[in-house]
This record gives sequence, C-alpha cells and structure tokens, in this order.
Amino acid sequence: MIRFDHVFKRYPNGREALSDLSLEIDSGEIVFLTGHSGAGKSSLLKLISLIERPTRGQLIVNGQNVNGVSRRKVPAFRRQIGMVFQDHKLLHDRTIFDNVALPLIIAGVGTKEIGKRVRAALDQVGLLGREQSVPLELSTGEQQRVGIARAVVSKPPVLIADEPTGNLDPELSLEVMNIFRRFNEVGVTVLVASHDLYLLEHFPVRRVRLEGGRVADDIPAGISAGEKLVDPAKLITGSEAATR
Amino acid sequence: MIAWLTRHAQTSIGSLGRLSQHKLATLLTVLVIGIALALPACLHLLISNAQNATGNWNKAVDLTVFLKRPTSAEEATRTGERIKQRRDVSNVELVTADAALKEFRQDSGFGSAIDALNENPLPHTLVVTPAADFTTSANLDSLAADLRAMPSVEIVQLDTAWVNRLNAILETVRRGLIAAAALLALGVMVIVGNTIRLDIQNRRAEIEVTKLVGGSDAFVRRPFLYSGIWYGLGGGITAWIITAAVIGVLREPITRLAGLYGSAYQLGGLNPRDTLILLGGGIVLGWLGSYLAASRHLRAIEPT
Repeated sequence: MIRFDHVFKRYPNGREALSDLSLEIDSGEIVFLTGHSGAGKSSLLKLISLIERPTRGQLIVNGQNVNGVSRRKVPAFRRQIGMVFQDHKLLHDRTIFDNVALPLIIAGVGTKEIGKRVRAALDQVGLLGREQSVPLELSTGEQQRVGIARAVVSKPPVLIADEPTGNLDPELSLEVMNIFRRFNEVGVTVLVASHDLYLLEHFPVRRVRLEGGRVADDIPAGISAGEKLVDPAKLITGSEAATR
Repeated sequence: MIAWLTRHAQTSIGSLGRLSQHKLATLLTVLVIGIALALPACLHLLISNAQNATGNWNKAVDLTVFLKRPTSAEEATRTGERIKQRRDVSNVELVTADAALKEFRQDSGFGSAIDALNENPLPHTLVVTPAADFTTSANLDSLAADLRAMPSVEIVQLDTAWVNRLNAILETVRRGLIAAAALLALGVMVIVGNTIRLDIQNRRAEIEVTKLVGGSDAFVRRPFLYSGIWYGLGGGITAWIITAAVIGVLREPITRLAGLYGSAYQLGGLNPRDTLILLGGGIVLGWLGSYLAASRHLRAIEPT
C-alpha cells in the first residue's frame, strides 16, 4: 500500500530529514512510527500526503508513484488519504457537522448522502448528537475525535496520523488508538507516528523506529514493546512524552 | 448536476453570509465600488441626455435660399416647385420680394426710407424645410450644396454650425467617458482584488485545511469568486441608486429650464438596458478582480 524505496528528503535549508529510507507497509496493516523528534517521522508522513516531495527515490502510495502526481492532481491524490493531526486542524467558525462534511463536499457527494455519512462517522468516534456544536465547545479529546471522523468520513484506504495523542492524557490516548484499531479492522491501512511509550506498550502492533532519517528498528506485530525497552533511545523518548 | 448546483448555491450563499458578518467593511467596499461605477453611469446619462436634447434641434433648422436678382416671380415659383420634389424636402415656402418688402416695411419702421428706394432691393426667398428623416447635419450639408448648385440660387443659409460644434464637444466628452470608465473599471478590479487578498490572508488556516483534505484549486477559489461577484453586484446596485438619486435631484430644475425655452424636454434616467449593463459590468469586474487575486494568492498557500 505504501512503499518507500531509497527515499531521500533534503529541505532547502540543507537539513536532511530522510536519508536512504526504505519501508513497505502492506494494505490493511496498522503500523506505529516511532523515534524522537527530528528522526524524520513528520517528514515521512508529509511525503505520503504530498505536502512535501521526495528529493530522491521512489514512493508508491496506493499504487501511485508520487513523483508522477502533478500539482493539479495533488487534491485528488490526497482524497484517498485520511489525515489526523496533533492540533486537529478543525475550522473553528464551523459546526462539527460542517467540519466532518468538508471532505465529502469537496468530493461532490450529494447533500442527503453527506448527512448520512457524517452521522455515521461521528457515531464511530462516539460523538453522535454533537453535530451542531462548534469545536471550542468540545474537549481536546473530543476535538481530536472530530478530526478522526473527518479523516475517515470519505472512507479513504489509508489513514495517517501525526502524534494524534500528543495533547491527550493516557486514558484519552487509548480511546483514540482504539478508534484507529477499529478502522484497521475493517481494512484501512493505518500509520500512526507517535513517541507515546504508554501507547506502544498497550498496542503490540508493528513498530517502525526511525533514527537519523532511516529505519533503525522494525518490530513486527505481536511482540510487546516492553521486551525491547533496553534501548536507551526509547527511554529518552519516553521521558519526553511524560513532560509534554 | 443537482448536487453541483446545490454546492454552488451553498457556496454563494455562504459567501454572502460571510460578507454580512463584516457589515461595516462590506458596506464600505460596496460603497466605494458603487461610487466608482456611478461616475461613468452619470457621465453616460449626461451625454445621452445632451444628445437627445440637441437631436431635436437639427429638426428646427430651415434652409433659407436667396435667389439671384433679377429672377422673375414665375421663375422663383418654378424653382420652389423643383426643390419641393426632392425626397429630403418636406416643404418650400416662397417669400416673394414684394411680400418680403411689405413685411420689412411693417416690422422695421424704416417705411419712409424704403419708399425713397426706386426699386425693391430684396431678392425672392425660399424657406426650405427638410424632411424629418433627413435632418442629420451631413444630410443638411448635402442638401445645401445641391441647392447652391442651382442656377437661380444666390446664397443658401444653413445655421447648423453651432449644432456641429456641440456635437463635436459631445463626441469629445464621450471619448473622455470611455477613458474614465476604463480607469474606474480598473479601479473597481483593484478594490475587489485587494479586498479578496485580505480575505484570503485572514482565512489562511481554512484554506490550508481545505487543501489538506483534498480541495482542488477551483474548490478553494470558489467562495472568493462568489464574494467578488457579490461585491460587484452590490456595487452595481449602489451605483444605480446613486445615479437615480442624481437624476431625481436634477429632473425638476431641468424640466423648469426646458420650460423656459418653451420645450417639454424631460431628463431621462437609466433605461433597462443601461441598468443591465451597470449591474452586469459590476458583476464581471467583481468576478475578474477576485479571480486575479485568488489565482495569485491562493497558489502561495500550501499546507506545511
């Protein structure tokens, strides 16, 4: 579903965020992307959503080589990727309904269908009945769930999330992760960037750790993160997460 | 198709709603556009009214044809008949030398001086009234030239010079109007463009998010284009109101002035066609201004 093939990303200021990164994520997989700040997690996600383009190398998303996607085709490309952000990126002057409906309006879905699908998406994140609230009336956790509803409302095959639990307490984080898990169970490919150790311990899914712009560790699903906690880098990330 | 129309309707109403949220700013922008559009509209009315008013004056122009002396009364009648047969002449009145002298004697008070003359110094005169369809100055000039070429004709007097001068002045003003209208149209586009530019800056976050979830350039641009259209339409309506007010203020004194000249002339306002052009022009300029601004500034906003 997502394949990085010797990908380099160098920013105009000279910083090399990704260097010779190769990674393959299968359709229907759920993967944690870990590593401390500056390891290249955000850059990797930005390449997938075409916010940035690779400097060198090939990146294939859902069968499409991103190098072949022209500027005009970027919007259509992005519609097949649901994105969740640490800061939710909700529109504060619009209702929850309008926020979640935005991808459907863009895709040209009919009004009736929009109503149905928005309510279904809000139901999935446990916010049915809050359609007419505005984002600021909701708690941070609820706002994040609205962000998730917006990301999945158009049923994209890929869902990527950049530190979705960064501002949440452990209990809310688990709740959010469970929502991701449920989408994964119905076949959505999910990629979550997080350095939240607590989460990693609770979800024994595949974990890819980045370091210096390349894959440092790739732990398959089923092995608890706790068994690998001897890695000092992870201890540092863990303390970072605690102080946030 | 219905979904597409619904979406456009929603976007346009959404834009209108957003404009009404910032009442004062919107009102000021619309007012500035309205004034800019009202100026050429008023100028246009000034010229078309002046042309209407002077268009009738050509009709009042008769040609006075003085025949050579000596020409017999019979010859004068024959000449008059010949002229009357022309397509562009509606009537010819013969004032014989004797009749002219009699009239002159009565009106001037030089009766005894005229009695001292041995013979009548006045020529026979034909007063030629052009046909109503041939009162343009070109037609009058060619009629006068033809009459001058007749053997028994001495002088043809045609008093259209001042009408021609006035028409030339009006033509100059009309050209000036076109230049002024072009400049003001450019001004309207700049006003709308700048307003849209500020709007785009204020809604940066929203634009970024829309692009992130897959909004195309056209989709992101659409609400701004509708804003531009609303600004243009509002400006057009404002301009119409301003123009109507100006006409309303001037109508009564102009009718009175025309009355003093014995004319029933009425000041004309904007006809339906003018109104359509004013509103349509406003919309097109608003759209164009917002299109240019949106195309230029939206491209620069990309999610990071």
